[in-house]
Amino acid sequence: MSNFAPENAQQVLDAVAWAVSEGAPLQVRGSNSKSAIGRPVNTEHEINTSNLTGIRLYEPEELILQAEAGTTMAEIEAALDEKNQQLAFEPMDLGPLLQGESGTGTLGGVIAGNLSGPRRIRVGAARDHLLGFDAVSGRGEAFKSGGRVMKNVTGYDLCKLMCGSWGTLGVMTRLTVKVLPRAEKERTVLVHTDDRQQAVAIMRDGLNAPYDVTGACWVPRSVTARIDVEHVTGTDTGLVALRLEGPDVSVSYRAAQMRELLKDYGKTDELHTSNGRKFWPAIRDVQPFAKPGDERVVWRISVAPSEAPSILEKLNGLSGAEAFMDWGGGLVWLALDMPSDGGADDVRAAVAGFGGHATLIRGSQALRGAVPVFQPLSPGVKKLTERIKASFDPDRVLNPGRMYDGL
Amino acid sequence: MEMPAPDQDVINRRESIADDLKALVPGPGGVIVDEDERRPWESDGLTAYRIQPLVVVLPETVAEVAAVLRYCHDNGIKVVPRGAGTSLSGGALPLQDGILLGLGKFNRILEVDYDNRCARVQPGVTNLAITKAVEADGYYYAPDPSSQIACSIGGNVAENSGGVHCLKYGLTTNNLLGLEIVTLDGEVIRIGGKHLDAEGYDLMGILTGSEGLLGVVTEVTVRILRSPETARALLIGFDSSEAAGDCVAKVIGAGIIPGGMEMMDKYAIHAAEDFVQAGYPLDVDALLIVELDGPAQEVDYLIDRVKVIADDCGARSVRISESEQERLSFWAGRKAAFPAVGRISPDYYCMDGTIPRNQLPTVLTRMAKLSDQYGLRVANVFHAGDGNLHPLILYDANIPGELEKAEDFGSDILRLCVEVGGVLTGEHGVGVEKRDLMPEMFNETDLDHQMRLKCAFDPDGLLNPGKVFPQLRRCAELGRMHIHKGKMPFPDIPRF
Repeated sequence: MSNFAPENAQQVLDAVAWAVSEGAPLQVRGSNSKSAIGRPVNTEHEINTSNLTGIRLYEPEELILQAEAGTTMAEIEAALDEKNQQLAFEPMDLGPLLQGESGTGTLGGVIAGNLSGPRRIRVGAARDHLLGFDAVSGRGEAFKSGGRVMKNVTGYDLCKLMCGSWGTLGVMTRLTVKVLPRAEKERTVLVHTDDRQQAVAIMRDGLNAPYDVTGACWVPRSVTARIDVEHVTGTDTGLVALRLEGPDVSVSYRAAQMRELLKDYGKTDELHTSNGRKFWPAIRDVQPFAKPGDERVVWRISVAPSEAPSILEKLNGLSGAEAFMDWGGGLVWLALDMPSDGGADDVRAAVAGFGGHATLIRGSQALRGAVPVFQPLSPGVKKLTERIKASFDPDRVLNPGRMYDGL
Repeated sequence: MEMPAPDQDVINRRESIADDLKALVPGPGGVIVDEDERRPWESDGLTAYRIQPLVVVLPETVAEVAAVLRYCHDNGIKVVPRGAGTSLSGGALPLQDGILLGLGKFNRILEVDYDNRCARVQPGVTNLAITKAVEADGYYYAPDPSSQIACSIGGNVAENSGGVHCLKYGLTTNNLLGLEIVTLDGEVIRIGGKHLDAEGYDLMGILTGSEGLLGVVTEVTVRILRSPETARALLIGFDSSEAAGDCVAKVIGAGIIPGGMEMMDKYAIHAAEDFVQAGYPLDVDALLIVELDGPAQEVDYLIDRVKVIADDCGARSVRISESEQERLSFWAGRKAAFPAVGRISPDYYCMDGTIPRNQLPTVLTRMAKLSDQYGLRVANVFHAGDGNLHPLILYDANIPGELEKAEDFGSDILRLCVEVGGVLTGEHGVGVEKRDLMPEMFNETDLDHQMRLKCAFDPDGLLNPGKVFPQLRRCAELGRMHIHKGKMPFPDIPRF
């Protein structure tokens, strides 16, 4: 058992080349903050990027930041904070949800998982913010793609491929990401409703209005109790929340317009900047399901927003079912008290026909070995997926089986 | 420009191949064989290159596309897909021994879904037609390449097209939800849908900008956005492009992301003003158009802030649009910049590099030196927000050797872009035009990793060969491992 902790890209190359030469697969990880996502990787050896640290380049006026893959998000966010900038896709901190610590994730891990927060509906996903990278593929070869500029169509866009590949194609060593200004102010319009169908209609109307909504979620009453934010905790109904960000004069105007637009749906309310900046991270990090002692399995379901109520209708009766919606209904977070099979068949059956996908984000190691964690692929996509894996990692030395059995 | 050696045997079989294809695409005008009728298809937007295709096929259904591709796969015949043929990099340049597969008949908008803010369209629908279909309801499709009146959405996917609003709204790749493609073996594959983010590997991300080398797009689901409440623009003149560049950096540094931010140099300003009389100041060296869009209150507030920044940067003149008509007049000159330059020179060659914005003064200075060296004039328009530079090289194709000189000048400009930390192409694609410059940016290992991806989709290399990659390599050769079993030492690196 070797746990390689390379300190530079050359050492990553040496370790992967050795693994290829010995036919000794490696578990690829950063700080381990998301290692409980995906199928268990049962390799004797491991490589982690946590010694590859440091911000190499940060040019706020060029809107770019370049850092080693193992740089912690805490370090990156602190640097961005100083210049009033951010990674606009709102990287998730899944530590508490996965019964670990908060704030330990790395930039490489965030990108490899392509997990984005509430603002994804407005500014895109993690995959839309990776501009370039250096990596070592499973062939034991160092390669790069992309660059350090916003607009680049030179060659295939391998940045997209690396995002969401969970370390199965290459070990990224250095990444360049697009950063954006943080808004001066934010306001969140709250609309009280218990009805899922109505909640999606409210979010639709909000998103379809010209007020630049950067977050649209609905939490049922039972969930509001577990969000520790004034005006949210202890409400007697569920809440739709619509976030507006920008200059002060603009957000107050838009909040007033939005409340006027939605007033017929029910009582409206408002969160200002400081409360909003507690509320949205709670949604982003799935805090309502992250309380100590909550052992339920957690699913992340991406669907067309208009289909969310029908899907929830089907899943509502399952044991311990509790759900809330983000992305205007396009993202459903579902907790189930079904430890043995995770409700996988029911969840996938409910999503089937609507063209979305479901990922098991929290489940025991045994469960993650027993049911497909990632959405099973159509035959055509599966074939391409297998060939892509073979082209980057023909001997399956990088995170074998983490995403799909046999991949 | 060297293309893969044509297979004479295939060319000799032209008539019989056409007969086979007619059986697969039986509709009227589905297969074009006659030499005179093939001629209009010999080029795309990069008109310096012309090659007569073997046969032109214009299918009408996905089943026909699949049948044609399967036929080509089974018979080892090359295929060049084509949308509207507006590529500026030769992405749809035909092959003598290849079928040109035109998707122009796929011109229907299949569905507009406001509940999910998307539209499902066929690949031959023009970029602008999507916006036209939804604008009465207050929506639009964000990427707006300057060819948007003609270019097709399928081609936009293939090239990952941009436009002037990229900094705020992204390129094509950031505005897609779903694709249907047909691979060369005739398999129809659907990726994504109306939901966000793909399950598994991001195949949509890979296909977007793959320049027709991986699959043929037969359906596209795009995100549509609610049109901003309002838009206003500033027209700012500067004594130097350094000052203009400084202003751009300060606007962004102040946390403002404009909907559009365009720069023109003196040459482009004069050409545009002569052509459309947009009211541009002629006593400045650089002109900046900054457009703010969004809720009215926000736009008014930000316009004032940008004005203050511009004054601080030593702006010689600042005009602020007070009406929609005035805003459009600011843009009229910029939008007419290419044809305006076309008026003052028999020919022009449009380049497309991207640079880190702070390198602009260096690049402009060195480009001026190159201009002297080559004896060719150059006008510059610049998507200033995202660093995408479009130098227009003026030349006369009737003067022997001048096209080659313009091309060499262009190549030097792109090398310069890479040297200062930029890239070969921001939005026009590599195609045949920049193919041989790829090693400026990528080493052999980088390119091999890209080419192996092509092998995953098209192991026989029949789809649009000769584009993007400077060297054709066989997939079997590319797949060979360079590390041999038991030959590497145990790495001497830190372990836990």
